[in-house]
Amino acid sequence: MNAWADLFQQVNDEATPGWLKSRRIAAFARFEHLGIPTPRDEDWKYTDLKRLNKRQFSMAQTEATVSHTDQAELLDLNAWRIVLVNGVFSPDLSDLSDLPNQVTIEPLSQAITHDQELAGGLVGRLAAIDTDSLTALSHAMAQEGALIRVGSGVVLPRPIQLVYLSTEHESALASWPRIAVVAGPNSQMTIVEQLVGQHASGHYTQRVAELFLEGNAQLTHYLLQTPAEKDLWVGRVHVEQKRDSRYQAFHLNLGGALVRDDFVCELNARGATASLNGLLFGQGRQHLDMHSKVNHNAPNTYSDENYKGILNDRARGVFNGKVIVKRDSQQIEAHQNNANLLLSDQAEMDTKPELEIYADDVKCSHGTTTGQLDENAVFALRARGVDESVARGLLTLAFANQVLDQVTLDAVHDTVEARIAGALPERFNLKGLVLEDQEAQ
Amino acid sequence: MANEAMEQLVRKEYKQGFYTDIESDTLPPGLDESVIRHISSIKQEPEWMLSWRLEAYRHWLTMTEPHHWAKLKYPSIDYQSVSYYSAPKKPEDAPQSLDEVDPKLLETYEKLGIPLHERAALAGVAVDAVFDSVSVTTTFKDQLAEAGVIFCSISEAIREYPELVRQYLGSVVPQGDNYFAALNSAVFTDGSFVYVPEGVTCPMELSTYFRINQANTGQFERTLIICDKRAQVSYLEGCTAPQRDENQLHAAVVELVALEDAYIKYSTVQNWYPGDEDGKGGIYNFVTKRGDCREDRAKISWTQVETGSALTWKYPSCILRGRDSVGEFYSVAVTNNHQQADTGTKMIHIGENTRSTIISKGISAGHSDQSYRGLVKVAPSARNARNFTQCDSLLLGASCGAHTFPYQEIGNASAQVEHEATTSKIGEDQLFYCMQRGISEEDAVNMIVNGFCKDVFKELPMEFAVEAEALLNVSLEGAVG
Repeated sequence: MNAWADLFQQVNDEATPGWLKSRRIAAFARFEHLGIPTPRDEDWKYTDLKRLNKRQFSMAQTEATVSHTDQAELLDLNAWRIVLVNGVFSPDLSDLSDLPNQVTIEPLSQAITHDQELAGGLVGRLAAIDTDSLTALSHAMAQEGALIRVGSGVVLPRPIQLVYLSTEHESALASWPRIAVVAGPNSQMTIVEQLVGQHASGHYTQRVAELFLEGNAQLTHYLLQTPAEKDLWVGRVHVEQKRDSRYQAFHLNLGGALVRDDFVCELNARGATASLNGLLFGQGRQHLDMHSKVNHNAPNTYSDENYKGILNDRARGVFNGKVIVKRDSQQIEAHQNNANLLLSDQAEMDTKPELEIYADDVKCSHGTTTGQLDENAVFALRARGVDESVARGLLTLAFANQVLDQVTLDAVHDTVEARIAGALPERFNLKGLVLEDQEAQ
Repeated sequence: MANEAMEQLVRKEYKQGFYTDIESDTLPPGLDESVIRHISSIKQEPEWMLSWRLEAYRHWLTMTEPHHWAKLKYPSIDYQSVSYYSAPKKPEDAPQSLDEVDPKLLETYEKLGIPLHERAALAGVAVDAVFDSVSVTTTFKDQLAEAGVIFCSISEAIREYPELVRQYLGSVVPQGDNYFAALNSAVFTDGSFVYVPEGVTCPMELSTYFRINQANTGQFERTLIICDKRAQVSYLEGCTAPQRDENQLHAAVVELVALEDAYIKYSTVQNWYPGDEDGKGGIYNFVTKRGDCREDRAKISWTQVETGSALTWKYPSCILRGRDSVGEFYSVAVTNNHQQADTGTKMIHIGENTRSTIISKGISAGHSDQSYRGLVKVAPSARNARNFTQCDSLLLGASCGAHTFPYQEIGNASAQVEHEATTSKIGEDQLFYCMQRGISEEDAVNMIVNGFCKDVFKELPMEFAVEAEALLNVSLEGAVG
């Protein structure tokens, strides 16, 4: 715990505005009181964070130089872009030019100096200090991030890209980016978050995002994770949805030593719809954990969850989905589906789809399966002259495509497909059938 | 439109609420080592049994009562205010036949709709009736003895068959397994013991009726069933309790051991007093039930119909250790008023080619809260393990709750595990469909609820299904047969 206190001393320096300083101190006290969660906490039953306490982290103070190969990892989406290199804003790699009217995209460190709403507590309204101990830590430590505001009726022609890039460093670095997005009434936008890195330095990124969707707003949210081998990530997304707003998430989790994400949706008014899609692909000794929680706080709200997991080697996957229907939230539809494919006997999947229902006029269901490829399907393909390895490859890819097919950004779709195809073991052959990783870029 | 009919259905009062006035030898409330020594000496137990109990008690003292349940809320239990032993009069000379049984006891059974002698004769069921804590009568012993089946109270088994009891007691649910199992291990006073020898199919269904009669008497039953190689047995357990205002504690332990090719079918109809409409009174039911498919091709099947208790905490489980062993769990739970039920099962797949099926149906009404909490664990050693789980909830009324918490831990690629769950109310369209064909509203609701539970009811033995029907607060005509 002392290591965290030392880090905290560095963060909360003289330059911090007064209102923020006191808030940070309170948050850190809260974190110290609670400590890092352990598997004894129900929410962390299958994910052990003890390596967080073991590893000595420092914080990057200045922007690191970014090599060409590192830069090549950034998806080219023709997007407005904020790039954080080891948690530090990089003006060179970012692109915030030609923003339309009524649209603000700003790194948090700049916004903090002048934005009244931030001072008024925009950050933390959904993911408050008392959410859990790591969110408290985020409140204490966060220095950088992004503030995005899209005004009433604006339809953004280009996506917004937020990149968390890790570069090579002699010691492990930690960062706590925070994102706040306010989507005005009738607005439409796409946000692509990308976690990338190639160097096994063991960095830790803990991102907390708060998304506010006003009436009839539409937000499509991609989270694409291809971090370096030893990197750790803990992510939390809170979404507040007003009348008829639609939130669609694609959580594409392709690795990292330990990756944990929580998506929390508050459906607060009639017609609010949340659609959560996830794809998890684990190999080696990776530990990938997806949590979601949908609170149906108002009648006539809808949610749909579709999560797929593919696990190879000794990878471990976790899925925990919660649907909570509050009393008097009638006429709800909520569906949850989690299917997992185990490719190796050492892989493990722990899944827990939960329904908590306090209203009677609801249609709720959940289903989960864990198993291997359907041998009948393999046979059907082989009977038509397809090699066994190709058949297995195609079927595995088809499994992933149940999520990927809904991805409308080609660059994201192709990258994920190529990554999975490239990483499948030899008995799954997809050579020549999908784009290679480099081509996909 | 359906509300009135439904309310009538779910509002039926507890019929078994009466109290038989029989003098009892009851230990004063409180628990310490001397109480355990006293129980052990009343039961004329051998020394090893006493030390086993004391070991459990000492372990229990080191444990803290888990009180932060996710979905159960109840006031703390004062374990020192419970009396740990109560026996009907004259435990020394327990009656040997029905004629010797206290007529008042027989009367109680009559009221319950279980004329013991008639029932036993007509249905061919041997009944080891537990009235409070001591087995009062055991029927059909001779017929069973002929087949070599041992069916007696656990106290008797401890005296008569110490080797068997010593070998298997605590081998499925160890003394320190959990707080309530540890308490039970220290103070259990009765329960049933069944041993079916190698190759024997038990000639009749075995049955025990439990009844809590004395106020302030916790019931700590301990049941141990052992099925030797290629043996089969079907065991029925039923509970009703008289209407009392004080919360009564019930912490039973049931252990099943199935050896090679053995098959144990364990059916329960549970109807402890659930408390009144305001949630006052009612039984707290903390039960540890576990079966061990210890050898290859063993099969254990749990079937339960839960309608009672203010609070139910119960997860009948199967440890599928032997290759090709099979575990099954069929459950219907009905909660009403302020009842809380947290129930489900655990299927632990260890052996190769093990299979398990879980069918759970929950019906919540009134202000009740019901949770299905289940675990399916596939160990890396369990190649080709297979599980199918279905849990459906039906909500009657806007103030009840139905929750599903299935845990799946899959550590083997060749495993196939499936889980499905739905939650809904009786659809207006379903009701309309039935009524439009001339079926009255009440019949239509009955029919739909009945169809909802059918998957489970068809698993119950015929005689028991009739009983289950009577005990369910919702009448479900023609559920079986």
